[in-house]
Amino acid sequence: MTGQRPLLEVTDLVKHYAVRGGILRRQIGTVHAVDGVSFSLGAGETLGLVGESGCGKSTVARTVLRLVEPTSGAIRLNGQDIAPLSKAALRPHRRSMQIVFQDPFASLNPRMTAGDIVGEPLSVHGLAAGAKKQERVAELFQQVGLRPDQMKNFPHQFSGGQRQRICIARALSLGPSLIVCDEPVSALDVSIQAQVINLLIDLQRKQNFSYLFIAHDLAVVAHISHRVAVMYLGRIVEVSDKDELFANPRHPYTQALLASVPIADPKAQRLTPLIDGDVPSPINPPSGCAFHTRCRYAIDRCKTERPALKDAGAGHQVACWLNDGTGRAE
Amino acid sequence: MATINFESELRRAGANATGGWRRLAFLAQRYMLGTIGLIIMLLFVWMAASADLICRYDPLSVDSAHRLAAPSALHWFGTDSFGRDVWSRIIHGSRISLAVGIGSTTLGATLGVIVGLASGYLSGWVDLVFQRITDMLQSLPLLVLALVMTAALGPSLPNVIVAIAIPLIPTVARVIRANTLALREQPFVEAAKSIGMSEMRIALRHVLPNTMAPLIVLATAQLGSTILTEASLSFLGLGIPEPYPSWGRMLSESAAEYVRTAPWLVIFPGIAISLAVFGTNLFGDALRDILDPRQRG
Repeated sequence: MTGQRPLLEVTDLVKHYAVRGGILRRQIGTVHAVDGVSFSLGAGETLGLVGESGCGKSTVARTVLRLVEPTSGAIRLNGQDIAPLSKAALRPHRRSMQIVFQDPFASLNPRMTAGDIVGEPLSVHGLAAGAKKQERVAELFQQVGLRPDQMKNFPHQFSGGQRQRICIARALSLGPSLIVCDEPVSALDVSIQAQVINLLIDLQRKQNFSYLFIAHDLAVVAHISHRVAVMYLGRIVEVSDKDELFANPRHPYTQALLASVPIADPKAQRLTPLIDGDVPSPINPPSGCAFHTRCRYAIDRCKTERPALKDAGAGHQVACWLNDGTGRAE
Repeated sequence: MATINFESELRRAGANATGGWRRLAFLAQRYMLGTIGLIIMLLFVWMAASADLICRYDPLSVDSAHRLAAPSALHWFGTDSFGRDVWSRIIHGSRISLAVGIGSTTLGATLGVIVGLASGYLSGWVDLVFQRITDMLQSLPLLVLALVMTAALGPSLPNVIVAIAIPLIPTVARVIRANTLALREQPFVEAAKSIGMSEMRIALRHVLPNTMAPLIVLATAQLGSTILTEASLSFLGLGIPEPYPSWGRMLSESAAEYVRTAPWLVIFPGIAISLAVFGTNLFGDALRDILDPRQRG
């Protein structure tokens, strides 16, 4: 955004998982789930994070929230690095960041009523109790488009969309400044997706929090995001304002990704598919630019040196040797 | 999924959802089998509590004139090889059998839940240590373990309860641990973490209640086997000391010798054990459903 200090600033975030094998459980490999990711997110802004399955999107989300411990890197929330904090020291910061998960069926405890689920964060942080808590929960229910009389119902009595609304209400209860949405609509019907997305946008307009919005559906990302970051194999390959990215994709991977979006018009001109093969294994990622094995423009340099994110003008950053901020690959 | 709406059904039945007795009456009607189970259990408890009032003979008094008498108006369930009244012995035996069954199941299940929950939730070295101990305990048959325990502790009612409870711990712990491992990865547990809940509170509030269904089924199933283990222990002379009656011993003592000549010595204790196990299983099934909001609709 503008010159203000960003709400969330992630620098060189790395998460490696050890692959162990043999009787002695020795480490025989490393999964490079997140391999040096940096981005920043301003107040009231939505950053869309897109990429194929297994590219590390969800790991980024969980690491930012410290649900998964980062291997290295800094996560600055309002200027303070929360990566090295102990669990106890982290606790007050938990109020400022919340998460909405993909699966609305598994993210609610089946043995608790909806009202208890939404009110629980208030009790944990000692913010409200008794009638005051009930009042606040009722208010949250209304904010997400549920009726307060549904508070005493159990999760299985709600539809998928309604459950996701409960999850959103729970995330809102502590008044966070950042909500991480990990594919919040992927499990929902298309008609319900639009409702939930619009609810998220509405809430953001009213309360001015930021979203880190993870999705693989580009149409959804295009609708909700201000900026979009594209991930490939644990790295961000391109970041830009939404309109700029969709109009002027610079990284060959982004171009391929956009070309692969289905168009609901049989007569529409399709871009030729630009990519084939599968994503390489994150256990043994390719040297240099991770994308060089599938890139039609790859040159020798791509195989040996890893390109960093570089400014390509107009708030557009791209990690590609061919672009280098100078022009398009084609 | 066709769920039945509990509240609306209550209203339709004309019940006041807040009235405790009406609610109970509704549940009794809805879970007929469970109610039968509960009645059987209460009957046994009543039998044990008022044994002296129901009995017509002293369960320990020997009557050599009426040895192995067949069931008659005088001795409803007949008499055993010492001429003791079987009916009285069954009534009095319910005290010991129920105390052993309920006592050791409760003790074993409680400790098993603690071990399983800690093992599954904390994982790491706690899990490793608990699991290896569990493996050791499980590699021995229930009876052998209980035998060693009572031999070490000496035969008495509390010792028998403890001896039977300890081998139960690994069985319960295994089931609870497996459930905990699965639940721990559920997004609602992750959500609780992101709220900033303490691990202890997550384990007790989010994980434990969701392990109740298998626990209840397991515990009610184990209740029967604890009564039978007590029988074997008594038969081997390490259970409840003679001459006090327990169903298990009455059954096992007479099974080989008298099954042809005096079958009432085998049949009636057998019926008592089966009924008690049957009752708890029926009740356990209903309890599991009642405690699960998804089943309630």
